[in-house]
Amino acid sequence: MSELTINPGTELRNSRLEIYHFRSRLVLLSGFVLFVFFLLFVRLFYLQVWQHRHYHTLAEANRISISPTAPSRGIITDRNGTVLAHNYSAYTLDITPAQVNNLDALIDGLGTVIEITPKDRRRFRKLLEESKGVESLPIRIRLSDEEVARFLANSYRFSGAAINARLFRQYPQGELFSHVVGHIGRIDQDELDQLQADGFDANYRGTDYIGKTGLEQSYESFLHGTTGIAEVEVDANGHAVRTLSHTSPVSGGNLVLKLDAKLQEVVYRAFGDNRGALVAIEPATGGVLALVSKPGFDPNLFVDGIDPQNWDELNASLDHPLVNRALAGTYPPGSTFKPYMALAALTYGKRRPEQAIFDPGYFKFGGYTFRDDKAGGHGWVDMYKSLVVSCDTYYYMLANDLGIDNISTFMSQFGFGSRTGIDIDGESAGVLPSQDWKMRRFNQKWYPGETISVGIGQGYNAYTPLQLAQAITAIANNGVMFRLHLVDYVEDPVTHRRTVIATQLLRTIDLKPEYLAVVKNALIGVNKEGTSAASFAGAEYVSAGKTGTAQVVAIKQGEKYVESRVSARHRDHALYVGYAPADNPKIALAIVVENAGFGAHAAAPIARQVFDYYLLGKQPKESNEEKSVPHDTAD
Amino acid sequence: MKKKVFHTTPPIRRVVHFLTAHVDVKLLGAILLLMMMGLLIIYSASNQNLARVLAQFVNMLVALAVMYLFANIPPHFLQRTAVPLYVLGIVLLVCVAKFGDVVNGAQRWLHIGVTRIQPSELMKIALPLMLAWYFDRYEATLRVKNYLIATALLALPVALVVRQPDLGTALLIFAGGCYVLFLANLSWRIIAGLVIAAAASLPFLWSILHDYQRQRILTLLNPAQDPLGTGYHTLQSMIAIGSGGILGKGWLNGTQAYLEFLPAPTTDFIFAAYAEEFGLFGSLVLLLLFLLAIARGIVITANAPTPFTRLLAGAITLTFFTYAFVNMGMVSGMLPVVGVPLPLISYGGTSLVTICLGFGILMSIQTHKKLVQS
Repeated sequence: MSELTINPGTELRNSRLEIYHFRSRLVLLSGFVLFVFFLLFVRLFYLQVWQHRHYHTLAEANRISISPTAPSRGIITDRNGTVLAHNYSAYTLDITPAQVNNLDALIDGLGTVIEITPKDRRRFRKLLEESKGVESLPIRIRLSDEEVARFLANSYRFSGAAINARLFRQYPQGELFSHVVGHIGRIDQDELDQLQADGFDANYRGTDYIGKTGLEQSYESFLHGTTGIAEVEVDANGHAVRTLSHTSPVSGGNLVLKLDAKLQEVVYRAFGDNRGALVAIEPATGGVLALVSKPGFDPNLFVDGIDPQNWDELNASLDHPLVNRALAGTYPPGSTFKPYMALAALTYGKRRPEQAIFDPGYFKFGGYTFRDDKAGGHGWVDMYKSLVVSCDTYYYMLANDLGIDNISTFMSQFGFGSRTGIDIDGESAGVLPSQDWKMRRFNQKWYPGETISVGIGQGYNAYTPLQLAQAITAIANNGVMFRLHLVDYVEDPVTHRRTVIATQLLRTIDLKPEYLAVVKNALIGVNKEGTSAASFAGAEYVSAGKTGTAQVVAIKQGEKYVESRVSARHRDHALYVGYAPADNPKIALAIVVENAGFGAHAAAPIARQVFDYYLLGKQPKESNEEKSVPHDTAD
Repeated sequence: MKKKVFHTTPPIRRVVHFLTAHVDVKLLGAILLLMMMGLLIIYSASNQNLARVLAQFVNMLVALAVMYLFANIPPHFLQRTAVPLYVLGIVLLVCVAKFGDVVNGAQRWLHIGVTRIQPSELMKIALPLMLAWYFDRYEATLRVKNYLIATALLALPVALVVRQPDLGTALLIFAGGCYVLFLANLSWRIIAGLVIAAAASLPFLWSILHDYQRQRILTLLNPAQDPLGTGYHTLQSMIAIGSGGILGKGWLNGTQAYLEFLPAPTTDFIFAAYAEEFGLFGSLVLLLLFLLAIARGIVITANAPTPFTRLLAGAITLTFFTYAFVNMGMVSGMLPVVGVPLPLISYGGTSLVTICLGFGILMSIQTHKKLVQS
């Protein structure tokens, strides 16, 4: 055959040896093939069996994106259903900084379509500095429908900017409740770290806001609600393909307060332009009826990040509107301290009610002269009169007889010098002086002379208006003390199930009823015929109270305090504590009016308006009853 | 023998026999099974794109036609084309280097009139052909000099393809040449010398590699170091394979490919898509099918009648093996990422045709053997 002639020599030279060589090489290569395929199989076994769990987890993480739906934050209302904090839906224009190369150019461009004020820019800059990176931040909030339409028509020009519908927090009462309700704000890094440390960060995926102050902060866990989770399958480009599972968000609980918004408003107006604080308590429960710190501020400014200008104004103001004076302000109680001193005197057997002392107008001790407010003195003074006319000399002597540690021990029962444990943050402990305290604080021993001014609520004494209110409530309640609280109950918005913030008995002070009766009777006398009688003239109920004036600056020995000589911010604080009706108290309160002079003059009229409104529903007349109320110069 | 058959069979069967005389049914069976699995997985990995499956089906028909054609070309005819083909291949490769199109930073394509070709594909066949021819011709008088010349014949196209750069194809051409040299009884001493020389030249080779090629090798050593960068492909591929587990996620249920995490899921990384859906069990089936085809190729090689056919068959079979191994090794993170498709499975016509052409030659060698021997 012709094929045989192609390579005539090949077949002939094809020795067995050569075939053997070739085939042995081929066998070697076949072995190599098997070996390599075995290696491949081992590799696959390693990936698919040994490491399967690991890669399965990675594949699931690849494809499943958890998309959170933020819950609706709980609403806050007063005891009558007046809304103090709620949510409304509005459009925002958000920028995702990570997607934008030139932020300024983008904002300039947006400014041609939608009004963006320099204020908006500054606010945005501040937000940008505070928040690291990834998320989107609002450049404009509360867009009108027209603005939304204008943006959408031009949106192709602005990558990195988007319109979002969001729920906004709003405080319709503005500054009236700024210190009670507080406000929310964007979650910052510290709060994020805290949430992570507490294990709550999962529930805050999708939430940009958190309570920063007031009830918004302290009831955060109730108000926030539970974040809804949608498990979405996404592709490599991050596009959602389908929803795998979905859990709806659960709205936060609604807070219903003990507070009365109308009463709060009455208080607010009664203060006029004065700075100060008022705390009104329902004695039967310890519920807070009104809590005012003046001046306030508009909490709405803080919700989406306050702009630097407003921030500087609030922060730099001499009036310190951001400070909650009712909780954080500490003031010497002045003469409002005297009723407790009288109770201590009776309890420790240092005075009998009818036992009178002679007041020459001063008390000399260790070479110092402690003056009474009334030049020439009050003459013979028993316990009743000592409170009604607010005789200082009586209490100088009494303090000396009691000694500082007796005073300290007795007063601590009323909560002086320790936090009340009210359900918002920011309380100061105040100072209840004692030998021990002074040693700890100043590393100095106590001088007996220092006890004297403590007796009239001066000296180291410093208490928050909240503590003053708590103490007078204890007297009104015959020694029974409940923990102060702002919130009545939290209500589930769906099931309407209520979680009541239970009235919690703090302690019952062991006071002899007959001693208590003496002091309570004298407190009625104060409002009837004493220092605040003018303010309570013609009242349709019997009330009890005590005025006080707290020195801001020390008066030198032998010098008389003259209001007109002292600069406005160094004037005395006016104080008042009281309750009504005297026989069955429905309301107890403490008032501090900063730099307003005599308590009888500035603070007691506010108490009258509050009692009138709360007990009788009487609205105070517009023109403040500051008309020349005749008053005793003493308090 | 022929005449006997003609006389004892009816005409229709004679026609059938004439048409199928040069088809190796065992090899064809393995090829068709692999192709069918390819269609199955392309359908899934392409998000159930039927058009793509049909396109690949057409590719397969063309490839099978080419295979059939080459199965019917007698080996001695191929032997005569060896030198011209090799020369043509080298010329085209030089042309590519001079006038070729630059696509994705690599110069691989050459315009000829209406279409463009990739001459490196031609070299996958032309080089083994050339070397087989060379060793066949100098079989009786083989000396070290001949091996050196053969090495030069091997090095020239490999160097040209590396320069393009196309590491994957260069590797396959190089491997094909090496198999011929090895099967041509290259002495162990020279092999040892070459291995040592290769090891010694590693630093030099490293220095001439392109940055992206170096990166691929570094990535292989630790794919996790840069999961979103260079390591992304390897990592996603390993995730796909690993998440498949023993039995796989099931056909059409592979999330890595479907959701586009897997790069090139129908071409270079198709094995990952397959392993994700069919698991270790399916992988084993695929490995065995490949082994089947390779085993058949080795049997054909062992029985090939002449040095030329032996060497050529061995080179084709082992190049096919190298294709499969390099691809699966790269996809499973054992080897660096080089652009090598999974033979007979990956979507794409060019490599399919080249491989089937090789199988056609194998069939030709097997079926023309009897004529030579008789």
